[in-house]
Amino acid sequence: MTEALIFEVSQPGRCAVAQNPGAGVDHGGIPEALRRRDVPRLPEVSELQAVRHFTRLSQRNFSIDTHFYPLGSCTMKYNPRACNTLAMLPEFLGRHPLAPESHSQGFLACMFDLQEILKEVTGMAGVSLTPMAGAQGEFAGVAMIRAYHRARGDAARTEILVPDAAHGTNPATAAMLGCTVREIPTDANGDVDVEALRAAVGPQTAGIMLTNPSTFGVFERRIHEIAGIVHEAGGLLYYDGANLNAILGKVRPGDMGFDVIHMNLHKTFSTPHGGGGPGAGAVGVSERLLPFMPIPVVGRQGERYRWLDEKDLPQSIGRLSAWMGNAGVLLRAYVYARMLGREGLLRVAEFATLNANYLAARLKEAGFELAFPARRASHEFIVTLKKQKQELDMTATDVAKRLLDYGFHAPTIYFPLLVPECLLIEPTETEDRQTLDSFVAALVAIWDEAKQDVSKLKGAPYTMPVRRLDDVRAARHLDLRYQPAA
Amino acid sequence: MPFIPHTEADVQQMLAAIGAPSIEALFDEIPEALRGASLEKIPSGLSEMAVSRLMRERARQDGGALNFIGAGAYEHHIPAAVWEIATRGEFYSAYTPYQAEASQGTLQLLYEYQTMICSLTGMEVSNASMYDGASALGEALLMALRVNKQNASGRVLMPQAVNPLYREVVAATTPAQGVQPIAVAYDPASGQTALDALKAHGGSAPTAVVIQQPNFFGVLEDVDAITDWAHAQNALLVAVVNPVSLALLKAPGQWGAKGADIVCGDGQPLGAPLSSGGPYFGFLTSRMAHVREMPGRIIGRTVDLEGKTGYTLTLQAREQHIRRAKAKSNICTNQGLLVTAATIHMSLLGAQGLAQVASSCLRNTAQLTQQLTAIAGVTRVFSAPGFHEVVLRLNRPVAGVLAALAEADIFGGYDLSERYPELGNALLVCATETKTEGDLARYAQALTAVLQQQA
Repeated sequence: MTEALIFEVSQPGRCAVAQNPGAGVDHGGIPEALRRRDVPRLPEVSELQAVRHFTRLSQRNFSIDTHFYPLGSCTMKYNPRACNTLAMLPEFLGRHPLAPESHSQGFLACMFDLQEILKEVTGMAGVSLTPMAGAQGEFAGVAMIRAYHRARGDAARTEILVPDAAHGTNPATAAMLGCTVREIPTDANGDVDVEALRAAVGPQTAGIMLTNPSTFGVFERRIHEIAGIVHEAGGLLYYDGANLNAILGKVRPGDMGFDVIHMNLHKTFSTPHGGGGPGAGAVGVSERLLPFMPIPVVGRQGERYRWLDEKDLPQSIGRLSAWMGNAGVLLRAYVYARMLGREGLLRVAEFATLNANYLAARLKEAGFELAFPARRASHEFIVTLKKQKQELDMTATDVAKRLLDYGFHAPTIYFPLLVPECLLIEPTETEDRQTLDSFVAALVAIWDEAKQDVSKLKGAPYTMPVRRLDDVRAARHLDLRYQPAA
Repeated sequence: MPFIPHTEADVQQMLAAIGAPSIEALFDEIPEALRGASLEKIPSGLSEMAVSRLMRERARQDGGALNFIGAGAYEHHIPAAVWEIATRGEFYSAYTPYQAEASQGTLQLLYEYQTMICSLTGMEVSNASMYDGASALGEALLMALRVNKQNASGRVLMPQAVNPLYREVVAATTPAQGVQPIAVAYDPASGQTALDALKAHGGSAPTAVVIQQPNFFGVLEDVDAITDWAHAQNALLVAVVNPVSLALLKAPGQWGAKGADIVCGDGQPLGAPLSSGGPYFGFLTSRMAHVREMPGRIIGRTVDLEGKTGYTLTLQAREQHIRRAKAKSNICTNQGLLVTAATIHMSLLGAQGLAQVASSCLRNTAQLTQQLTAIAGVTRVFSAPGFHEVVLRLNRPVAGVLAALAEADIFGGYDLSERYPELGNALLVCATETKTEGDLARYAQALTAVLQQQA
């Protein structure tokens, strides 16, 4: 049951007539030499054909709305429909980014309020909403750290410290800003090796990038000491907010001593992941980084809201996008925050943590090995299949693919890289206990299947639109666009 | 509790299974001194009904104006089916297709998108999107620096006729990796990038030459001559284009003798509402020879173990989760949902529909230009032909005129005097296919009245 490419159902001369403005094609004053010579290969289909094709494609996806999606580190919680409906009110959709402030007070009020809410939940002194995803938030954060040192004439600070368990974006971001990266090892309990950190800091230290709870799903217990060591050496602390859902309302990055943080609003504030974006990577800063925030920021004077740009923040690291980032995503995050309110936001981490610890306890009871059995799980935890790999040749990939047949999206696999055959499982607070129980049952059933005959798993999935795909062939014989046979 | 399904009985049973006395006990590894955020400045939660009322009131404050601003974000009709389908939960609430077998819908759609955007730009390979047009230009220049081993200086000839906001984003995001933009003047009469100004940099071994078509002033550049000149300098030609204009304008892959090397731009005109500037998406296409230096996700077609066709993320060895500090870019999340919308949008319009939209934009802008320049005190600034935007000069400061027009609920255009003071009282005006004859007349009448009042 493959779905033909839309180009294959195309017929010359067919089109969705209602979508044409209907005044014919002419080239106006375009000089002959600048005109298009060929007809671009766009589909020639009726409106119904297009609607049916893309609706059918949608049905070939797993999503939060259709399946439990415990993808660790991604916080795949329910995206309330009201957030979408209200962000897509016609006036919000129709607002041009350069609309005058006189006609923008409603939108600017939402953005200002969101900045204030994010300041409060993170304990930071200022927030800029412009970064368009977590990676761009990271870029903004490290750029601000660099700008801060430069402004103090401390230009030699070009080394960024990163724990070995960090997300790949952390070292990639530091490199994009011309920094060198030094990895700090993690100990057997998942904490940063504080003695190694102490030995690594110095006059070259620009800062450290930390996720807390770490990518191991455990809280960095010596965070206060780490902050002290880095600050004493003259460096700053960057908080990677990928795991903010674990601590929302419990402990604030500002109170832990961080100088700058990015938040993945598409995780913690439940904006949709959209099949790979758009995200939103707002940044929060401590007092000393306020002058460097990316522009624009929304300010308030009396009852009026207005943009703050380079004239207000002359030391800003500048613009990361042409306008103010993913405004529509920010509106969704704002609606979410207002619906939850103070009490609701305080509960996010509690129930995300309850669900993760419950799932961990149930899996441990069923015989699965936790990577950090002596630790509390945060909002996520790691199972290692090292033993099953050795005894049965059951790998993390096998389990991930077989889970699809059981109607569950797979957890994150093979990340963090330091734990062999790992599943990083993040249930989120919006899942009910019965769903978690059926997930445990599926993992137990799959392990049983492997004990019978592991080849059953090697062939999985069986019930998806396709069986296991040949990734090696995809990379060796690049086929990246449709070209009809001549 | 909004969006938390637990009953009291659930909580007790779950705590018992964990062996913890309370939920609070689950946080016992967090040092006591750090705990206890109160969030007192955040208001109490609202029901869906109450938040709907609040948002509708706020939205109403901003609505109702007739918009003639373009300047990089363009108002187009979007077929109703586009967002009805794009916001289906199966697209809306899925994530990056890491589990390809459970993501064939998104993956096939992205493969179709790559095909369409390659064809529109006349190039061989596309990624699955960047954040927006400005960041796509930044990434295109970093890619040029990786590709061009011959001219590795990092010098990039950057016309001042390129969108100033794009240039600001490039300045904020790329110099740390070696990109050095060098400004190139435009011809004050034609509004085109001055070939003489470009040629003054001959022999400087630039890594890349950027050209925007149509440029920020809406003016059409002499792309063939500039492309050939860039190649004669062993520079890569990086094109910034408006995808709707490509229905009528020569595809960058066919510019000059050899064509552009990297093409980028903002995909917003393909189905993304104005939406205060985002989310939009950036596109990036190039020649196949450079595919391994491309940033971002790329989708490939392959087969499953039964030989059946399927789609998957490919060439992942370029990316941050594998390469870490040596990655081509730190990008991971991109703008998938916007690409979903754009692919549906392009399918509903087809080449024919897109050409009609582009023609309609051309006609409306020409007609508006005629009507506005018939008003005393309004003149056209540049002589070269354009697409759907035009620069007009007023006989008094633009800001006051725009404010007066806004009082009449007309957004009259983008005031160029801050970023291009040398142009005097200059205004950038856009009329897309969404404008009727009545709209154009209303603008002309209002401008006439404002200029008379302020005379």
